[in-house]
Amino acid sequence: MAEKKVDPKAFKSAKETRVVEDISQLSPEERERLKLLGLDENIPHEGEFVQVDAKPILCRKKVEGLEIMPITQALKTFDKIGDYLWKVVSPEKDEFTRAAAEDLDDGYFIRVLPGYKLVYPVQTCLYIKSDKISQKVHNIVIVEEGAELNLITSCSVHPHINSALHIGISEFYIKKGGKLTFTMVHMWGEKVAVRPRTGIIVEEGGTYISTYVSLFPVNTIQTSPVCRLVGEDAKASFVSIIVNYPDSHLDIGGEVHLEAENTRTEIISRNVVYGGVNIARGKIVAKAPKVKGHLECQGLMLTDKGLMMAIPELDSYYSDVELTHEAAVGKIAREEVEYLMARGLNEQEATSLIVKGFLSVKIDGLSPELQKQIDKTLELAKLGF
Amino acid sequence: MNYLLEIKDLWVEIEGKEVLKGISLSIPVGETHIIFGRNGSGKTSLLMTIMGFPAYRVKHGHIIFKGEDITHLPPYERAKRGIGIMFQRPPTIKGVKLREILKLCAKENGVKIEELARTFQFSSFLDREVNKGFSGGELKKSELLQLLVQDPDLVLLDEPESGVDLENIHLIGEMIKKLLQKDVHRPRKKSGLIITHTGFILKYVTADLGYVIMNGEIYCKGNPLEIFEGIQKFGYEGCQQCLKRCEF
Repeated sequence: MAEKKVDPKAFKSAKETRVVEDISQLSPEERERLKLLGLDENIPHEGEFVQVDAKPILCRKKVEGLEIMPITQALKTFDKIGDYLWKVVSPEKDEFTRAAAEDLDDGYFIRVLPGYKLVYPVQTCLYIKSDKISQKVHNIVIVEEGAELNLITSCSVHPHINSALHIGISEFYIKKGGKLTFTMVHMWGEKVAVRPRTGIIVEEGGTYISTYVSLFPVNTIQTSPVCRLVGEDAKASFVSIIVNYPDSHLDIGGEVHLEAENTRTEIISRNVVYGGVNIARGKIVAKAPKVKGHLECQGLMLTDKGLMMAIPELDSYYSDVELTHEAAVGKIAREEVEYLMARGLNEQEATSLIVKGFLSVKIDGLSPELQKQIDKTLELAKLGF
Repeated sequence: MNYLLEIKDLWVEIEGKEVLKGISLSIPVGETHIIFGRNGSGKTSLLMTIMGFPAYRVKHGHIIFKGEDITHLPPYERAKRGIGIMFQRPPTIKGVKLREILKLCAKENGVKIEELARTFQFSSFLDREVNKGFSGGELKKSELLQLLVQDPDLVLLDEPESGVDLENIHLIGEMIKKLLQKDVHRPRKKSGLIITHTGFILKYVTADLGYVIMNGEIYCKGNPLEIFEGIQKFGYEGCQQCLKRCEF
């Protein structure tokens, strides 16, 4: 049950691979996989960015007020990039941030100009096509004052990949009154290691809504985004919906620092464990009075061969705060299965429905399109089978 | 006689404790039977055994449904063959809406969910998590709506009147009548087995035959209204006295 050690040096550089030039060169099987995750022309969106291994192959916008480009281009053209690059994630944090700082494989830069509220999502996709590589991306998102952005990220790998490492450095800035809804629907592979390193700053009256959905097998994920609410009335919510399979090690957390009065946060995780190790961390730090935070972690253990660990942490430096947490780990109630069996469902169908219901978290503030996408992924995952 | 359900000398135990001791009864097609009994007499155990829940272990005897021995079939196979049950205390299933369960109950039998829900003033509950925060009456309505959609040939009703306020009892009676085709002049095709502690449900739904169950055995069989009157007058204590007299 020990943590799976991942050595970034054990993988080839993503730059060494021979990549496709555009999306039409991906096989029908690969395109179908990406479509399932939401990269679909028929779903309305405001802009898109697709990167295969180290190379961005699609980057376009459909509306005014949106800037979207590969980060390597932003490094050359965006004057103030120095104010945002490596400012909320330290390049010295660990071996993964160091690897990304030393040898960048691109990533996306997205900026929504002040006052622009984008209606439909901006779709991004970071795709690993080649075997045994590490893809090291750096993403920066800036939501300027009063602007709104729905960002959906679908990450995936070639269906027949043997091993790969994805390192994703993400730095998000939500300015005064801005709103960023960030939804990650991922379909990694059984032999893929994932190390996201994410930092977020939310200014006065800003909102950050993060939803992480991982319902398919993956070897190991270790992530714990740190979100600082630095302006009054800022809020953040983190929801993770995770299915843990045998032999996988998922350590998924979220940390919110309430640094100004009337800031509030909610961290919710739902975990279904079929095997492997599942660690659900949540941490709220009250660094100002009159703040509110709630942590909720629920786990369904469907096996005796695995580990589910809920680690909630509440830290406060003030008395006038409201911090709460609740955590529960257990099995599926027999009476629920039998209730559905009496309605004509066999045991597998009943279990599947209960698991799907357990993972169906209603996410406040999420657009109906994104909610639909998550529901679709839940259907696809054939839970309980 | 064309029997829908036949129970023959049924002995059942739960966790090693005997709860049914040689029960035999037969329900003809189109008839509703009612079983009276105190709490803990074995009423619910009988319904659960007919539905096939694995905790109720059949030690001896047979359950015959539509001429087929179903004694050892799982609950979903019994449901598919046309048995439906109304639970007294149904569980909440987190994140699963009533509408989803109704769709699963309906399969492709053509029952119009929206229309039925509207008829029984339950439309606003379709998109709520099933049974979550439902009042006593709402739980019963939810159960009966599921059965109406499932459209079983044999309906098992566990204390249908318990926890229901006066305002709702009439509507629940109407739902049961529809389920058992009481609104159809004979011949009816639907049969029912109702178990009750208070017997109050007889004010709303008629039954063809009544039984009294005590300590896992059937002690009395006859006109349901007569049995109900006797229980109202003398209580279940009276049934025991009556039994003693019969033995002499």
